[in-house]
Amino acid sequence: MRKIRIGSGAGYAGDRIEPAVELAEKGDIDYLVFECLAERTIALSQQAKMKNPALGYDALLEARMKAVLPICKAKGIKIVTNMGAANPLAGVKKTAEIAKALGLKGLKIAAVTGDDVLDTVRSKPWRLEETGTSTGDLGNRIVSANAYFGVAPIVKALQDGADVVITGRAADPALFMAPLVHEFGWTMDDWDKLGKGTVVGHLLECAGQVTGGYFADPGPKDVEGLGRLGFPIGEVDEAGNLVVTKVAGSGGKVTARTAKEQLLYELHDPKNYYQPDVVADFSQVTIEEIGDDRVRVTGGTGRPRTDTLKVSVGYVDSYIGEGQISYAGPGAVERGRLALDIVRERLEIMQVRTTEMRFDLIGVDAIHGATLSGRDGHAPYEVRARVTGRTDSMAEAVRIGNEVETLYTNGPAAGGGAFKSAREVVAVQSVLLPRTFLTMSVEIMEV
Amino acid sequence: MILRELAHSRTGDKGNTSNISVIAYDPQDYERLRRHVTVDRVKAHFSDVVHGDVVRYELPKIGALNFVMYEALGGGVTRTLALDIHGKCLSSALLLMDIPND
Repeated sequence: MRKIRIGSGAGYAGDRIEPAVELAEKGDIDYLVFECLAERTIALSQQAKMKNPALGYDALLEARMKAVLPICKAKGIKIVTNMGAANPLAGVKKTAEIAKALGLKGLKIAAVTGDDVLDTVRSKPWRLEETGTSTGDLGNRIVSANAYFGVAPIVKALQDGADVVITGRAADPALFMAPLVHEFGWTMDDWDKLGKGTVVGHLLECAGQVTGGYFADPGPKDVEGLGRLGFPIGEVDEAGNLVVTKVAGSGGKVTARTAKEQLLYELHDPKNYYQPDVVADFSQVTIEEIGDDRVRVTGGTGRPRTDTLKVSVGYVDSYIGEGQISYAGPGAVERGRLALDIVRERLEIMQVRTTEMRFDLIGVDAIHGATLSGRDGHAPYEVRARVTGRTDSMAEAVRIGNEVETLYTNGPAAGGGAFKSAREVVAVQSVLLPRTFLTMSVEIMEV
Repeated sequence: MILRELAHSRTGDKGNTSNISVIAYDPQDYERLRRHVTVDRVKAHFSDVVHGDVVRYELPKIGALNFVMYEALGGGVTRTLALDIHGKCLSSALLLMDIPND
């Protein structure tokens, strides 16, 4: 049975680059996929594009393409990525420039566009899935709206001979499933295969998270070589069966355990994993080790897709101001608590207007609160007091950190390393958009 | 004994919803996990953190449970005031849960 090998070159926008180079050089792969868009990334990219129309694609696109394009061209490895973010056309132009500068010729680079549905979302009120409120309430605070689309336009680009496909808000698994649909000629109503293809994409899309990253726990779960972690390769046959593996000699490991953790990562109901092309069913998946760093994954399936697409709506939500300061030695916790009390009082005296606040002692109970943190009760050597709050303006946000910083000369003894920050918060929510609103297109540039 | 001796775990986030897998090291312990790692116990364990419903899904073929916890992330990674913006540390906290001998 025919097989193809897909390498996963990035699990998020800021991921390491050299594991992707290793995959291209030594992975014997047919496709190299870079998944670089988190929920909010596209909204921030949209803001970057508004400031400069030549930007709005992934900040590391240039570095990644420079690193892998020559190898991929020499070996005939095709690249699929969502590094186009809010501006796939500009991403394609930049990639073409890089190819020219590297002296590469005969390269077809495709831009997949159409996921930007900002005008549609602005044209009338839509229900926001998370809060049940309306997009109308967000008014002019909406900065982006992008529909999660499926494999179709990526498959089209590959059929038109693209060597590099650059998209915006494709559903993450679709980046991996598109090569399968293209190579094996799966039909778009073969729900079982599309379910299996979703399993492939889901296991590979976070790169190092299936090869031992986000897994190590010294003692019960040891992993060697995380400093040179190898990224995964999915070996997929025409029937959609998957073997997850990695480059021999690279760091990390692929085991049934790493694969099980990744199968359930960011999954809710295993029977109903909603994707643009299929409702995938992971409930009957089986996972077995068939060799060193070789894990077979079978049993995924799927059912017909729904009539709507999820749209991620980015909006300016609020501002967050924050300040931190450290205390150490005897009485550190008590001085830390005193510091928090002082700042609480100061924010009141200064009438800083906030809508939500947190007062944390890092090292004591900052992460999960008193109940979970109180189990052994020993006093740590050092603590870090952290005050953070939500405001309606940047000017108010700045005032929160100021009241932490002034602890230097006005607060408990021996407070050090004060740090403050204030930032605008672009948040995301979702609306469900009927498919008919979406028109995708593919443009190919040849160098 | 604590859950960490029987199972490993990973947290994922989508918006304000967190999911935590609980995967038996030895598939023979799956039934024991089903018995003791219940929705009510997980909800009580995370009473300071999770403000919405907790739903449990069962995956016997891989010896795993999947807990979906709503209103768990202070509004979600894009807007939360929490230090651990994704809630990634939650899996380790769940592994602290006491499991009775039986």
